[in-house]
Amino acid sequence: MHLKYESQLREPLVYGTKTYHDVTEDIVRPIEAKPSKLWYIGFYIAVALLLFGVYALYRDVTYGIGQWNLNKTIGWGWDITNFVWWVGIGHAGTLISAILLLFRQGWRTGVNRAAEAMTIFAVMCAGQFPIWHMGRVWMAFFVLPYANTRGPLWVNFNSPLLWDVFAISTYFTVSLLFWYSGLLPDLATVRDRAKTKLRKHLYGIASFGWTGSTKHWQRHESLSLVLAGLSTPLVLSVHTIVSFDFATSVIPGWHTTIFPPYFVAGAVFSGFAMVQSLMIIVRKVFGMEDYVTIGHIEAMNKVIVTTGSIVGVAYLTELFMGWYSQSKYEGYTFWYSRANLFSPYGWSYWGMMACNVISPQIFWFKKMRRNLFVTFFMSVIVNIGMWFERFVIIVTSLYRDYLPSSWATYYSPTIWEIGFYLGTFGLFFTCFFLFAKYFPVIAIAEIKYVLKTSGENFKETVGNIETKSVEEFAHEYAH
Amino acid sequence: MAKKKFVVGCFDDEEILFPAVKKVRTAGYKIQDVYTPFPVHGLDHALGMRETSLHTAGFIYGITGTTTALSGISWILTADWPLNIGGKPHFALPAWIPITFELTVLFAAVGMVLTFCYLCQLAPFIKKHHFHPRATDDLFVMVIECTDKTNTGDLEAFLKGAGAVEVNTQVAEAGWWLGRYDKNEMPFETKTVAA
Repeated sequence: MHLKYESQLREPLVYGTKTYHDVTEDIVRPIEAKPSKLWYIGFYIAVALLLFGVYALYRDVTYGIGQWNLNKTIGWGWDITNFVWWVGIGHAGTLISAILLLFRQGWRTGVNRAAEAMTIFAVMCAGQFPIWHMGRVWMAFFVLPYANTRGPLWVNFNSPLLWDVFAISTYFTVSLLFWYSGLLPDLATVRDRAKTKLRKHLYGIASFGWTGSTKHWQRHESLSLVLAGLSTPLVLSVHTIVSFDFATSVIPGWHTTIFPPYFVAGAVFSGFAMVQSLMIIVRKVFGMEDYVTIGHIEAMNKVIVTTGSIVGVAYLTELFMGWYSQSKYEGYTFWYSRANLFSPYGWSYWGMMACNVISPQIFWFKKMRRNLFVTFFMSVIVNIGMWFERFVIIVTSLYRDYLPSSWATYYSPTIWEIGFYLGTFGLFFTCFFLFAKYFPVIAIAEIKYVLKTSGENFKETVGNIETKSVEEFAHEYAH
Repeated sequence: MAKKKFVVGCFDDEEILFPAVKKVRTAGYKIQDVYTPFPVHGLDHALGMRETSLHTAGFIYGITGTTTALSGISWILTADWPLNIGGKPHFALPAWIPITFELTVLFAAVGMVLTFCYLCQLAPFIKKHHFHPRATDDLFVMVIECTDKTNTGDLEAFLKGAGAVEVNTQVAEAGWWLGRYDKNEMPFETKTVAA
């Protein structure tokens, strides 16, 4: 008797002859083993970057953000570029765990846990930029709508910047809840295997006393499904609202109506690229090739080529509208400041085009989609390209505005602007290294759930029922 | 709290578990719970549980968020401190949609997770009785509550016959997390105990 059946045409999601216990063993092993030398090296590099970032921020607070190279014309530079970039990266996790859950994509089980963790860390990094950009960071709480002694002078609920505050903080909270509620059963697995008292105690606290009761699972399923349903519009709304920061302004290059879908596609694009970069390393280091298979990598590459092409269409549409609108300011921004390779920032536009639109087309070839080296290389290229995209949108639109007398000279960041960016890399990887060491990087319970339908050995024993005639099949299942 | 006796039967395959659940129930035993390492679809129905209404709670939290946002913002921007922003109307509903949406999602998600934790009695530092450490690994642990009349030896043999790989009898404190939901949801006909 098989309770569920999956077509033989689909690739197995779990390779090898695995039992439920093997799944637990394989995924919990890195948590129970001593970290490798490589882990320590990576972790210390991440912490060093983080400390450098903290020092850069210490200087920012002490001397003011005047030590960044921003000026009156280019008021947003690397900081907001990095903000949008990190938020974009933070989109893949929820997309994988929510939208793919609703679409019943079984392959999400291998990568969702790590992708959700990545989302949370990326949003943490993103949040730093607007906060420290405020300059007087000790007044950051002014963005909160509370009855204050200044009137009460409320925040402006009609402002996209405030929408952003709500969007990012909601997104962070909901992603965190989604991630952690999914982690509870897996932490309980680690707890019940723990050999030492301390480990048992700590994982006992972290797993909230999870038992695996049928009623709890029933509620857990309902919770996951509704959270997925809530997160799906949420994930689309977050980058939409980030794009409103630009689209509701009157700056040529910013006030375009295609920004929301274009930003969301770009966010998914860069997010998946980051998942690829991380998962290719994680599966290698932890020996999890059986769970994060080439099939998973290929599926994500398909998402990358799709969203990359959507972004490409958006770039071309912008160029077309720059000409078709016959607005000279639009035309100047799109055709001179951006598309002209020999304009001051032309290099960034063509860098973006090369990384985001042209190079991902390689993934139309199956051989390339299933090649780890190409995938890893491309995932880095895509993230560089997406950084360029945000830089292009922000800087090339700002540096020459309506009034030539206020045109800026060439903008390049100071070491402290770069240091802040490197610091967020430090924060991201410090968190990710700790996560990879102390948490199950793959959702154990979810893998077990798909094991008997999608595991290699189980698929073989079930055989191909699709070759049976309809009558035979109906007869067998009629009772 | 009062201690209760439970007979525990461990199964290593959900395909053996389902017929066993059916056998145990038809024999008239009261299944306290089945602890599984992953969600086994259909097991809740096999145990005779009703559907959870957690999603209804989520909906209520959601509309609470919607009304909080809409009433809060409209009071602030039209009554408490009306700001003239470019001569636009104070009641600028379209501009409030993003925040209204975000608060709807936030309230629904936070409320649902808290409700989930409350209903399942999950929190840090909570200690529960675990019937088998491998219930979170690869065993499906069926727990049957004993009454005064239950012959544990017979019941253990019955579970072995139904395919259990490991059986034992445990005494556990019947805390508030045990047997709270099954009273109304698992109506058993009183039958003579088989075996």
